Amino acid sequence: MDLIAELEAEQVTALGNDIPDFKAGDTIRVGYKVTEGTRTRVQNYEGVCISRKNGEGIAGSFTVRKISFGEGVERVFPLHSTNIDSIAVVRRGRVRRAKLYYLRARRGKSARIAEDTTYKPKAQA
Amino acid sequence: MLRSGVIAKKVGMTRLFMDDGKQIPVTVLQLDKLQVVAKRTAEKDGYSAVQLGAGTAKAKRTSQAMRGHFAAAKVEPKRKIAEFRVDPANLIEVGEEITANHYFEGQFVDVSGTSIGKGFQGAMKRWNFSGLRATHGVSISHRSHGSTGQCQDPGRVFKGKKMAGHMGAAAVTTQNLQVVRTDADRGLIMVKGAVPGSKGGWVTIKDAVKKPIPDNVILPAALKSDAAAAEKAAEEAAAAAAAEEEAAAKAAAEAEQAALEAAEAEEAKPDVVAEAQAAEAEKKDGDE
Repeated sequence: MDLIAELEAEQVTALGNDIPDFKAGDTIRVGYKVTEGTRTRVQNYEGVCISRKNGEGIAGSFTVRKISFGEGVERVFPLHSTNIDSIAVVRRGRVRRAKLYYLRARRGKSARIAEDTTYKPKAQA
Repeated sequence: MLRSGVIAKKVGMTRLFMDDGKQIPVTVLQLDKLQVVAKRTAEKDGYSAVQLGAGTAKAKRTSQAMRGHFAAAKVEPKRKIAEFRVDPANLIEVGEEITANHYFEGQFVDVSGTSIGKGFQGAMKRWNFSGLRATHGVSISHRSHGSTGQCQDPGRVFKGKKMAGHMGAAAVTTQNLQVVRTDADRGLIMVKGAVPGSKGGWVTIKDAVKKPIPDNVILPAALKSDAAAAEKAAEEAAAAAAAEEEAAAKAAAEAEQAALEAAEAEEAKPDVVAEAQAAEAEKKDGDE
């Protein structure tokens, strides 16, 4: 392992974030820390994960899309951000793409994702 | 106050997540067996500087002259050598090794290296020229530079005119980069932002010239021998403290022992009294 990979692996373990197994198509709820003045609270953001980038590494990120007051909203979160309080999987979706950018052009019925009822948790290595 | 810089190897870039939720892009620079190879003094050379060497080179691939130079300094052959001007007060002994603690977190530094070579490039890429128009009669030369000067007077192209040519592979200094983290054990210095050159390239790090020199910089340099001495001193102090503690514990134990004996003696006394009382009572009984 080269030095950069070593440093990144060290940082991932040091951050020790509990990241569930999820992929594009899953509906997830992200607890994001918001600082208002001096007070910090956790804001929940729930929507469909439409993309995962750069894997599980320190540079990893994911995009969550939801329809808010009739307007599509997308937020990109760094996977290992210290601002993320929690990530919870609400629903497993069955999709055949890694990136669900086609959802941007769809609304309502056609933007639905079928539930994956055959989900098996990944075996812990 | 001018002190020595360091030679480092660019390892690559990564990011650091901070507790306040910020993420900082950092370049990881590594100090590899960084030692003082020679000293330049005002008496001998007319100026004062330290010559540092970094990395490891095979002895058989080092020239005879350089082998002699390294042998005189009693150091292993080095891959990269650089000189740093320093104040005469900040000269370092030959053979000393410099550690990554030379810079502290938050300090600003200037990093110099050789930029990545781009080869022969046109004026658009090399000098950010706009090029020619896409239409309106422009033929074939959409990415060319335009005019290079005036007319019969002066009748020549001025020297230094920005034109196409070789780009990159030049000495570049990036100023005022902030040190985010240092790791003396592995010899790592992490600076915020990008640094000239490719991965595995050599760079030199100096205190930022455009910032005031901080008060808490280590003069003349953060040396391994100093660190070892400090560690030894700390160990000795710890040992002394341990010995003291042991002595204190021993004293306490002795005191406890004494107290115990005293208590036993004390306990024995009432027994004697009680026995005497009992005997007296018996005597009384007998009398009756």
